[in-house]
Amino acid sequence: MSPDPRPRKQIHLAAHFPGVNNTTVWADPPTGRPTTTPAGGTSPGSSLGSQIDFASFVHLARTAERGLFDFFFLAEGLRLREHKGRIHDLDVLGRPESLTVLNALAAVTERLGLAGTVSATFNEPYELARRFASLDHLSGGRAAWNIVTTSDAFTGENFRRGGYLDHADRYTRAAEFLATARALWDSGPAGGPPRRVDHSGRHFVVRGEFGVARSPQGHPVVIQAGDSAEGREFAASAADVIFTRHSGPEAGRAFYADVKRRLPAYGRRPEDLKIMPGVTFVLGDTLAEAQERAVEIRRQQVSPQTALLTLEQVWGVDLSSYDPDGPLPDIDPDPHGELAQGRVRIADPQAVADRWRALSRAKGLSIRETVIETTGRQSFVGTPDSVAREMDHFVQSDAADGFILVPHLTPDGLDPFVERVVPLLQERGVHRTEYTGTTLRSHLGLPDPARPARKD
Amino acid sequence: MPEPHHPPRLAVALDAPGVPPRHDAAHYTALARLAEHGTLDFVTLGDRFGGPGPDALAVLARIAPDTERIGLVPTVTTTHTEPFHVSTAVATLDWVSRGRAGWTVEVSTTEAEAALVGRPQVLGFARTGKDPHPAASPAEVWSEAGEVADVVGRLWDSWEDDAEIRDRATGRFVDRAKLHHVDFTGRAFSVRGPSIVPRPPQGRPVTVVDVTGETDGPDGGPSPGTGDLPHVGVPPRGGSRERGRSRELGEGARREVAAARADVALVRAEDPQTAGAARADLLARARAHGRAPGGPLVLASLPVELESSGDAAGLAALLGDWFAQGVADGFHLRLADPVRDLARFVEGTVPLLRERGLLRRSYEGTTLREHLGLPRPASIYALAREAAR
Ligand SMILES: Cc1cc2nc3c(=O)[nH]c(=O)nc-3n(C[C@H](O)[C@H](O)[C@H](O)COP(=O)(O)O)c2cc1C
Repeated sequence: MSPDPRPRKQIHLAAHFPGVNNTTVWADPPTGRPTTTPAGGTSPGSSLGSQIDFASFVHLARTAERGLFDFFFLAEGLRLREHKGRIHDLDVLGRPESLTVLNALAAVTERLGLAGTVSATFNEPYELARRFASLDHLSGGRAAWNIVTTSDAFTGENFRRGGYLDHADRYTRAAEFLATARALWDSGPAGGPPRRVDHSGRHFVVRGEFGVARSPQGHPVVIQAGDSAEGREFAASAADVIFTRHSGPEAGRAFYADVKRRLPAYGRRPEDLKIMPGVTFVLGDTLAEAQERAVEIRRQQVSPQTALLTLEQVWGVDLSSYDPDGPLPDIDPDPHGELAQGRVRIADPQAVADRWRALSRAKGLSIRETVIETTGRQSFVGTPDSVAREMDHFVQSDAADGFILVPHLTPDGLDPFVERVVPLLQERGVHRTEYTGTTLRSHLGLPDPARPARKD
Repeated sequence: MPEPHHPPRLAVALDAPGVPPRHDAAHYTALARLAEHGTLDFVTLGDRFGGPGPDALAVLARIAPDTERIGLVPTVTTTHTEPFHVSTAVATLDWVSRGRAGWTVEVSTTEAEAALVGRPQVLGFARTGKDPHPAASPAEVWSEAGEVADVVGRLWDSWEDDAEIRDRATGRFVDRAKLHHVDFTGRAFSVRGPSIVPRPPQGRPVTVVDVTGETDGPDGGPSPGTGDLPHVGVPPRGGSRERGRSRELGEGARREVAAARADVALVRAEDPQTAGAARADLLARARAHGRAPGGPLVLASLPVELESSGDAAGLAALLGDWFAQGVADGFHLRLADPVRDLARFVEGTVPLLRERGLLRRSYEGTTLREHLGLPRPASIYALAREAAR
């Protein structure tokens, strides 16, 4: 191999607290691995940890900090999902409000960045600017905001303002929301008196003073999660990190090139926006063992009930009379079926159904096996060495700048990665061996936001 | 009469009017640890929509892991905030503190605050609710704050305590019969529910209402300067003016919300008669709301300035005296200089209170409700389901 003329890129790593979806395994397999210890903690390998006890958040955050990660990450969902008009009950459910947990985690970590997802649709710029500036102060410069653009009226039913925005409006609102927040952050007194903000735009009118002093990072790190063209453009114009769905190396490189290409138009350099896909991993002492474990995890993630429900989301009709271990339905999907609420809609259900039936016929797969095969594969499966190598290659070949790791066990799913893969990444010279800065901006190698000069 | 067997509840404010807010966590941690060393029930931290200083709930979440027993009660404003967010944030404070959270309900009545959230008709936004009223009357915003406190409690109850079942046989993580839509419709907003946060450790974190409210400065902020604060027990200069202003600030509406919904009511008072009269009025109102027996614990909220250790001893005598008169269930101390006065209080007043049996020597319980002698309430939805069986 010819030597790469460029210096090796450092891999940025983040730890995603396990989500409230079927990626997170909550039931041990019947074969039984060690579960709860007498002290009430969970022993390694158990999947029975609490998704809500603060101890679980402390465990994951400290593990990530031990692994010298850039940041810890919390997702957000503002309405419990429903299926056939009833609350979806098959996945882990219930989570805390992000910013409050992150403030508490600031007390038990020292360097780790603390990222929270908060919707721009169901909040106002002033209150969020203040809450993120508060987190930045209370954590000594470690705050990050994943600004998402929730769209559905279903979620809106929990809110005073109600309603929803269509896709295009969501991003214009998000852009104006963020610009307003930045104006507020820039107005905060840094010794001097507060400056007035006077913003009047299409979505917001904000007049007054921002009472929070300028925070250690100036502006908290801004993350954008949304893959569409509008989402990429918004990220290119205003975000520091883009959190994207993981795809293979080729699609990853295309996405990467597309996003980075958009930056110069905004006077930004490629390194000003980090691309971090969300990924899962399964480790084993041998490749065969890791693959076997991955299959087992997939079976846990897709229970017979989850398999039928996944099918119903595509077909849009009740399929409860079907046997999850039997063949796929012959009937066609109802394109107007509205069984699932609070999930991303499937664009072309008929095409998905045709593909799944073809696969099932070709390989002789049951409903459950088909769902296992077609949904949510593990991103990196292998020995610690092969996973470190693959990840490194993924980053060095410009398919990403790093990863947001999504463990499938709460709270200790990240432990094996930190114990076994992180040292190998360090050996390869692509992961820090100590924190060099104190702020998340410094971990990510992001410039400090320029502060506009006083006009008065 | 307050139940004679429970010693006075004791709380202290970490902030003070005229003292510039601090932004560093260490300052608050040190104060809260000191209050915990003095085995007080809880600390409060004031807030206002529009600051100044960091968000109060964020500060108390930040210091939760650095403390073990002390209750944490931030002010949370409701007028321009989503009730759903208020509910999840306070529930989460209860989770991260393992059952030590409360909140003080507060409103925003000024133009200045409304201007910070000024919203034009947003294009493409299909609204189901009305905008928060700019600079509305105190009676109006307090009546809405009462609705917010109501729905916040319902959201906490919307997960029954044993909703999570993790039943491998059926693949079900929760028993959805124990998760409830709250379907709350107030005058200006509606909330469908259920919450996204499981029922917090205390069931319902402690709801506090300050029935007098701050004496607002000209811009709606706290009045500056500590020079006017009285030594404890001495009526303040301009005290009658303060009372006159309190009425303007909707004291009647505050009392209604406290009587209907609060676990703890704070009554700003400089003499025992005022405190006692307010307490009697609150309990009568609570009975009218069907809360008999019960109603909020009423804490006299006293301005305190401890310029010497003699003042600290005098304060112990004064608290003992008021408590013996039965005018309050306890005290909330508003210190002129929190750093100086809390140290003097813990050093000088706390030992005297302990000697007189008016203050615990160590915490027996772990939750704020336990400190206050308040039972952990059952979910209203669990009770309704029981009743329907
Ligand atoms: C990797 C990833 C993570 C996301 N996480 C959240 C989340 O935690 N909460 C949320 O409300 N939306 C989340 N979103 C949704 C996005 O904010 C956005 O609404 C959605 O992707 C649709 O926008 P798009 O068409 O631009 O992709 C996420 C999206 C992506 C791609």
